[in-house]
Amino acid sequence: MSIVELPSYLEQSDKVRDRFTRLKQRPVILEVDQLSKQFDTPQGSVTALNKVSFKTHRREFVCVIGPSGCGKSTLIRILAGLENESSGRVMLDGNVVHGPGPDRGMVFQGYTLFPWLTVKKNVMFGLERSGKGRVPSETEAMQWIELVGLEKFANSYPHQLSGGMKQRVAIARALANQPRILLMDEPFGALDAQTRAKMQSYLMDIWKNIDITILFITHDLDEAIYLADRILVLKAHPGEVQELIEVPVPQPRSPEQLLSPEFLATKKRLEDLIHPPEANVEINGDHLNMVRMVALDDEVSSVF
Amino acid sequence: MAKRQWFSVRKPLKPKQRFVLTIMSFILPLLVWSAVSYLPFLWHPKMEVTSPGDVAYLKVGMLVDRDVFERESATLQESGGTLPEGVRANPVYLPAPHEVAIAFYTAFTTEPKRRNEKWLHESLWDSIQVIFWGFFLSSLIGVPLGILAGTYDVISRLTEPFVEFFRYLPAPAFGALAVAILGIHEAPKIAIIFIGTFFQQVLIVSNTTRKLDPSLLEAALTLGADRLSLLFKVVIPGIITDLYKDLRILLGWAWTYLIVAELIGTSSGITWFITQQARYKNFDNVYAAIMMIGIIGLTTDILLARLGKRIFPWEKAAARA
Repeated sequence: MSIVELPSYLEQSDKVRDRFTRLKQRPVILEVDQLSKQFDTPQGSVTALNKVSFKTHRREFVCVIGPSGCGKSTLIRILAGLENESSGRVMLDGNVVHGPGPDRGMVFQGYTLFPWLTVKKNVMFGLERSGKGRVPSETEAMQWIELVGLEKFANSYPHQLSGGMKQRVAIARALANQPRILLMDEPFGALDAQTRAKMQSYLMDIWKNIDITILFITHDLDEAIYLADRILVLKAHPGEVQELIEVPVPQPRSPEQLLSPEFLATKKRLEDLIHPPEANVEINGDHLNMVRMVALDDEVSSVF
Repeated sequence: MAKRQWFSVRKPLKPKQRFVLTIMSFILPLLVWSAVSYLPFLWHPKMEVTSPGDVAYLKVGMLVDRDVFERESATLQESGGTLPEGVRANPVYLPAPHEVAIAFYTAFTTEPKRRNEKWLHESLWDSIQVIFWGFFLSSLIGVPLGILAGTYDVISRLTEPFVEFFRYLPAPAFGALAVAILGIHEAPKIAIIFIGTFFQQVLIVSNTTRKLDPSLLEAALTLGADRLSLLFKVVIPGIITDLYKDLRILLGWAWTYLIVAELIGTSSGITWFITQQARYKNFDNVYAAIMMIGIIGLTTDILLARLGKRIFPWEKAAARA
């Protein structure tokens, strides 16, 4: 019932197809193999993730999207090593990983900056943990702070920064460890629309210029299409891979593309996957029990 | 000008209003005290005899109950003797504000009655030392233990149930025991303050440690922090400001154990001064000494709060934001 005729999201221009061919020839950075996760609850065992498998190539930008309860947060927490998988494997550069480590950087939705450290010290945290001395850590930290454009705030405390600035520090802090992959768990979810758009373009700039592979969780369809090379769509109960979509929108991206046919086609596909038509029935059956409370002869008797 | 709202629910008042109320909170009790002291018709249940008249047992300056005084006057009126004279007065245990104010100075200049007794400033210094050592020793063990219990479940399970039990045992109950073990001088007093503070301290500190945002620990883990740096670079700096506030509150509690502690063994410090002055019926000195404890406590707390703002600069940033 779309009003405008849209092309299929599977249709790719030659340039885009060529790019994906080359992308898939790059070395695999992250390989997730048959990953499952069960939680024990008082109501019994709940499967959060069921045999999730996918590969991420070097310098690829992957977004993970799915309805609530699809286990996307569980997935990224397992990848970061903050939770243990029930079965399956996570491999980084071909080696199985266990537990958290600086090779997988993480940016959380809640910023998680250390409030007692200045911006500079926050970014230095990981560097110092890796055994680098104070002075080289400081020099290196300043480079990362400059990369996110916050050199003026190097000696400020997190409380003095806006949400967007905090998240830029968090990104710099994660990147300073030079991780193989940057895991981002709805990092811009708490920001207002304008800041979010700005952060998206910052992130694209950073991604273009440094050797980093990004796995980005979001529930915002536009954000996913705008940022990602490929989108991993999960479905809920249990969390399983529904589709790995190759975004047909050409790179490099710009905000004008938000209204391009490829973009809208991809969005339509995501809408269909995440809010399937049968789910709507349930929502409609759940309508409010309304009684008219405006007099028929009222001056404004109808809003139409 | 907008109407000043004094009673808006959960809305902060203007700084000027707050200041006025802070002053008032001290002025109001002082006003009540002054009224009772200076307005004879309010209470003044005694008569201070200015001339005994023909009542044999009355002496000048003596305080007698008003009804006794009136009964004697009535009897004398019937028998036709010289009537006693007197003015209404409060009991000796309620000195007027100005008397206590003067005592604030004279208490320090009053020479001890016996040579082995101490001046007030010496007594106060003794008390402060007892508090300091009791609190210091308690914190020396209690704070690290609390942090460990709040960080590691194994230490929490191993210590907290017992601590939880022990904190219900009233510290003064250990008085006799402390004297038997530690002698009659400073040591048992310090022990009582220690017992009164330590067990609360472990629980409060472990609770504060548990309130640390766990996502900070997760962030540190993804940045490559090992177990030791989690504790020393995240947990401890993460809770230090709350810990500092806890310690300020606990120090207040330590003061409340002081009086009991100082009664143990040989009475000493400010408590000795208070009991001694009460024995001499110098109640103005008693009030002054009690108030000095309050003043020392409040001043320490204010100074520590100021110091806290200095040593934790990010707290100031948080307050401004």
